[in-house]
Amino acid sequence: MNTAHTRPLDHAMHPADGSAPVIEITKLRKSFGKQEVLKNVSLKLMNGENLVVLGKSGSGKSVLIKCIVGLLHSDEGTINVFEQNVNSLDRKELGELRQKIGFLFQSGALYDSMTVKQNLEFPLRRIKKDLSEKEIEEKINVVLENVGLADALNKMPSQLSGGMRKRISLARTIVVDPMIMLYDEPTTGLDPITSDEISMLINEVQKKYKTSSVIITHDIKCVRNTADRIIMLADGEVYLEGTLKDFENSTDPFIKSFFH
Amino acid sequence: MSILSAKKYVFSKETDQYLVGINQAFRFVVRFFKEVFSRPFHFREVINQCFEVGLKSLPLITVTGFIIGIVFTKQSRPSLESFGASSWLPSLMGVALVKALGPLVTALICAGKVGSSIGAELGSMKVTEQIDAMEVSAINPFKYLVVTRVLATTITIPLLALYCSFVALYGSYVNVHAEEATGIIIFYKNAFSSISFIDIFTSLSKTIVFGFTIGVVGCYKGYNAIQGTRGVGKAANQAVVLAMFLVFLEEIVIVQVANWIRYF
Repeated sequence: MNTAHTRPLDHAMHPADGSAPVIEITKLRKSFGKQEVLKNVSLKLMNGENLVVLGKSGSGKSVLIKCIVGLLHSDEGTINVFEQNVNSLDRKELGELRQKIGFLFQSGALYDSMTVKQNLEFPLRRIKKDLSEKEIEEKINVVLENVGLADALNKMPSQLSGGMRKRISLARTIVVDPMIMLYDEPTTGLDPITSDEISMLINEVQKKYKTSSVIITHDIKCVRNTADRIIMLADGEVYLEGTLKDFENSTDPFIKSFFH
Repeated sequence: MSILSAKKYVFSKETDQYLVGINQAFRFVVRFFKEVFSRPFHFREVINQCFEVGLKSLPLITVTGFIIGIVFTKQSRPSLESFGASSWLPSLMGVALVKALGPLVTALICAGKVGSSIGAELGSMKVTEQIDAMEVSAINPFKYLVVTRVLATTITIPLLALYCSFVALYGSYVNVHAEEATGIIIFYKNAFSSISFIDIFTSLSKTIVFGFTIGVVGCYKGYNAIQGTRGVGKAANQAVVLAMFLVFLEEIVIVQVANWIRYF
């Protein structure tokens, strides 16, 4: 591994609008038993940007976003989301913070005993308690149209294809108007066409809902379609940080093995 | 588990894992009591689960209870007749079915049917990240999934046990009526003549404890399922085995305590 590239490129650090970062992670460490998955990871997500976290399988990408949303607790370091330290929040405060974060799981994680409509209603009724029945119905129809599946309203998750499940899962996430989106390998297991469609959807969500996103992936096509900025993780550390151009022009053999 | 793998074992691997398991289960029960009294209360989901546990178990409980009543009466009659005490049959059936068999058989059926169903359902939700999805949607999955199910089993299983006892007594009556011309009112009157308030109270307390145990064990095993689909099967299986074992253990303890109370 070329150690000359193991520090961030200065010009790529703050590409967005100059406001405070929506997510700021400092010196994050996370171990499972003796296995150290994340070692000293620091990164920032600026308002309105798509940050892609790239890396090999097992490099700690999914662990990173699970730490951000408080599903896993880090061993050391700080994770500030909207200037609140996730690790120091109590259950109620964490719940309030999570209402601002959308999380798209790799498997979709649709509630398989509920129809598509019930899947969308479930978080909506509990988070947006002041909405009327009509407003709930309208909101569901709008998000389903946005993901191109308006006719899937009464289907069960088992009746949907992999790509459709991802879309519905995305719809369930955006229906509560999150400010940050965390995508865990959104295109994994999909054919190239559906994968491109999901990548386009990620960009549309960013524009329509004005979200800031962290996209975990090892799919280079998805990286090219969505990234404003990229962070490469290797062995639990930030290997390189930069723009798509920086990565494509890199002479580092490890980076080249991903991009060529 | 991560604590164990990072440090040396205090006793041995198996003993330490067993003690950690007990600690986790204890914390799970403590969390239930903390969450059950805090808002929001998912009343609709509790009713939905009561329907799942109660109404859907009704046919099986009815058939089993009726057969137990008939079989137990058939097998007890010759022994009583040999002592010339066949008139005591309704009283014996009342004591046996209401105090012991009704609650125990209902608990065992529910441990098998409901415990495995809860273990498999929550286990499946766990390994497919549905529980995590609820958590990140700012919905407390413990409250929505565990508290509602444990409440449903705690409420419904005592009612099912009571129903099972009555159906079993009816089965017993059918058998008695086939042999001799005994009226149903006289039969039930005789059956309940040997049962005191403390017997009913003990039976009810027992079934509440059984219901709570079946719900907690099913939820605990499902909620902590690991290792994919194999973990789901394991969770369902362990939920049944552990719930049945605990039901027998509780039966012994509660009967002993009831006898002790009766003595004093």
